[in-house]
Amino acid sequence: MTVRKYLILLAVTIFGSSGDVCLARGMRDFGAVTTSNWRQLLTVLLDPWVVVGICLLILFFCSYLTALSWADLTYVLPATALSYVLMALLAKIFLHENVTLEHWLGVGLITVGVGFVATGPSLTVPAREKSESVATRVAPQKSTRSEV
Amino acid sequence: MTAAVTWAGIASIVLTATTGDVLQSRAMKEIGDLGAVRREQGMFHVVRRVVSSPRFMLGLLFMALAFFSLLVTLSWDDVSVIGPASASLTFIANAFAARIFLKERVDHRRWLAALFVAGGVALLAR
Repeated sequence: MTVRKYLILLAVTIFGSSGDVCLARGMRDFGAVTTSNWRQLLTVLLDPWVVVGICLLILFFCSYLTALSWADLTYVLPATALSYVLMALLAKIFLHENVTLEHWLGVGLITVGVGFVATGPSLTVPAREKSESVATRVAPQKSTRSEV
Repeated sequence: MTAAVTWAGIASIVLTATTGDVLQSRAMKEIGDLGAVRREQGMFHVVRRVVSSPRFMLGLLFMALAFFSLLVTLSWDDVSVIGPASASLTFIANAFAARIFLKERVDHRRWLAALFVAGGVALLAR
């Protein structure tokens, strides 16, 4: 794992949690979605909080895809588990949500649980399968480029 | 909104997000390390490779469904419950799906992690 890869995992954590909190703030302005007002759901896309939330989640998505390109799905998700803690913290500070001691204990359990995974290898796909896919992927591209 | 409706919304998020995650993880592994591909062939090539992958586009569709499920469910309850609960259950569902569909080696540590996460979700749901 390089510093660049750790920074990408950090970006997944920060953009994901802050994006979700912004979306929640925006949805509060809209109110509860029911069978009578669901047709107006698209209008939430005009809410500034929802727009900022979507922008943050786009950044989250780009960093998430980058991480998935070199690590297992079951590594990337737990390795970015601090987003749960960050989300609870942001919800308490900015949305004044009631985050109880039980909630914090739950967040702690989740973080410890995913910590088991984060200390393991980032990729468990068999090496043979991986090297084959890299060989078939990179080699022809290099030769094509040099020919051009 | 009742707790049952909130949990139905969370279940909808988990199912669609897990399907999207598995499809996108598969697509990204087929493309390779995006950083290496970008250094080799440039950013435009990376974007072209990603958006031209049918598996990625299908994954994107499921992620969009998960996103709208999240929007609706967030309007019913607190983000500090919905966010961690849906993400944690998605993590557990992903562990099963990654083992079955992506052939990832989900060892005892990863299953133990799933138990801890499930316990955390139970506390969050109280």
